[in-house]
Amino acid sequence: MSALLEVRNLRVEFNTRRGTLVAIDDVSFDIAPGEVLGVVGESGAGKSITGTAIIGLLERPGRVAGGEIRMEGKRIDNLPPEQMRKIRGRHIGAIFQDPLTSLNPLYTIGTQLIETIQTHIPMSGADARKRAIELLGEVGIPAPERRIDHYPHQFSGGMRQRVVIALALCANPKLIIADEPTTALDVSIQAQIITLLKRLCRDNGTAIMLVTHDMGVIAETADRVAVMYAGRVVEIGPVQEVIHNPQHPYTTGLMGSIPAVGQELERLPQIEGSMPRLNAIPAGCPFNPRCPRVFDRCKVERPNLLPADNSLAACWLHAPEMAAPGAPKDWSDGAVHA
Amino acid sequence: MPDTGLKQGTVLLEVKDLVKDFDVSRPWLNRVIEGTQRQILRAVDGVSFAINRGETLSLVGESGCGKSTVARLICGLYAPSAGSIVFGGKDLATIGQRSEMLTMRRRFQMIFQDPYASLNPRWRVDSIVAEPILSHDLMKKGEPLDKRVGELLSDVGLSPLDREKYPHEFSGGQRQRISIARALSSNPEFLVCDEPTSALDVSVQAQILNLMKDLQREHGLTYLFISHNLAVVSHISNRVGVMYLGRIVEIADTKTLFKRPLHPYTRMLQSAIPDITMSGKPRTPVAGEVPNPLDPPTGCTFNPRCPHAREKCRVERPPLLPFEGAEVACHGIHEGWVPIVPGIEPSQINA
Repeated sequence: MSALLEVRNLRVEFNTRRGTLVAIDDVSFDIAPGEVLGVVGESGAGKSITGTAIIGLLERPGRVAGGEIRMEGKRIDNLPPEQMRKIRGRHIGAIFQDPLTSLNPLYTIGTQLIETIQTHIPMSGADARKRAIELLGEVGIPAPERRIDHYPHQFSGGMRQRVVIALALCANPKLIIADEPTTALDVSIQAQIITLLKRLCRDNGTAIMLVTHDMGVIAETADRVAVMYAGRVVEIGPVQEVIHNPQHPYTTGLMGSIPAVGQELERLPQIEGSMPRLNAIPAGCPFNPRCPRVFDRCKVERPNLLPADNSLAACWLHAPEMAAPGAPKDWSDGAVHA
Repeated sequence: MPDTGLKQGTVLLEVKDLVKDFDVSRPWLNRVIEGTQRQILRAVDGVSFAINRGETLSLVGESGCGKSTVARLICGLYAPSAGSIVFGGKDLATIGQRSEMLTMRRRFQMIFQDPYASLNPRWRVDSIVAEPILSHDLMKKGEPLDKRVGELLSDVGLSPLDREKYPHEFSGGQRQRISIARALSSNPEFLVCDEPTSALDVSVQAQILNLMKDLQREHGLTYLFISHNLAVVSHISNRVGVMYLGRIVEIADTKTLFKRPLHPYTRMLQSAIPDITMSGKPRTPVAGEVPNPLDPPTGCTFNPRCPHAREKCRVERPPLLPFEGAEVACHGIHEGWVPIVPGIEPSQINA
């Protein structure tokens, strides 16, 4: 199966007065049609920047400094803004964390939906309105024909997020970038939104790149997971594997530090220290100062993604008997979809 | 720690029928012109509980259920509209003298949710941590105070040399450690923690939760822990109270609550937690949203979302009554028409 989205060696830099900060460094992954790829990591790991780079919404001084992003085989990272605008919304939809700021408070949700539909699909006003009502019904808003003329403030947080999802779905995009779509919501509402996203993904064959820091949400929703640390993907693999059989020491630590209901532990396993700042990323493996299994090579040489069980992990522990530098071929499509 | 004549296991804080109303009416002139009535929002509606010395009681619930308001009422940041708060055998409402109130205040402190907003960005760490000591007149400025600040900083896992720095030089987790050091500086017995880890990443959250448990053991602290995260609550607390629309609907010790949730709302909350183990447990369908607290449903406030609701639930407010080792406010449980189902078995949880 050919990939819907291919990201290859993506590098995002921020030029600041104090030098260039590398926010995303050599990130590669694929998303297959209809697949949900979860991207997890702590604040500052570069998850959201990866998402914004893909939809071409990086704000200055951020810029894509290297690598390629391909959508259905066509490069989209070097398109002029006008053309990118046509792709955004039509082919790639976006859902952001805070549903209140993604909606314009001065217009009814109907106006906003109809505008978005007509921008991407030539359609008469009446048809667009019909489609908007359909969409609202699809995302589970009761009495959509009445609610369509309401303003965002008349909706609760969960309902607003549903409206934002309806907006993202307007033009039937093949890929949705969902950046922390449930973080601002209560658990019971969060469960509703996850169920909704899963159903839509199944029914319409939409692929989702789900960016979140909540492992529980990933476990329930994603097919595959990419774990990010300090701007790099440190592990990528099928969701069950990454959660139950983590291969990178960082993933192991991250999974261990999540408290679970009913678990009786006096102390939670913790990773000492905190993530390095972008201007002070250590040489070699960025995780080496905090890693419980660090050895000499980690401090000098940066590991690429290496096959590790059914996943890929950027860790020298998985080097074929600590092979000579550069020997293992690190990236291949076959391994990613294993 | 000063001897207060109270021992481990005795009640340290008792809250009885606590009520807090907020007046959210339009301004007077608008009311006159538009002919509208006063509007009162009852954020806390008759909450009662007791916390024993050395234990951790958690209050959980969704946004707007009144859990933070309870925390603020106990700390004296709001005045209660009705009900009483008894701390160490003394009703806080009866304390008239400022000096007596100050001595009381020294004995409890608060840790806030947002470590970015709760530290003054223009103060150095040593002034932040020393502030409670100075304002309670426990020590004078000088060598011993500096030493004490250094001790407090090492207690929470920072370096005594960090006292010279400003808050912006620290990460979120480190800032939360500073607020904990500040809270501990007046040697309190009781800490009210309002979502202390919800602004933090999971790995940092684990560090802070471990630190809080260590400090509790070393200093014999008592915690009231407010959170919306059931997993965090199950890890840190001895007892858990579940709140919904300003009322406690169920309160029990942690094991009982998670093994045998009684109230339909507790069950719904539990099944809503995304399941990292993917054990495939059946989910209680989650329907609806929290109603508008300005116009709460009559009877049991959960009745519009409850799968078991009957006529009685719409009319009569269920009282919080003991039921087999727990306390629950549900007609169906007490009258036996809501089936009791097991909750989460620890054996199901990942290794």
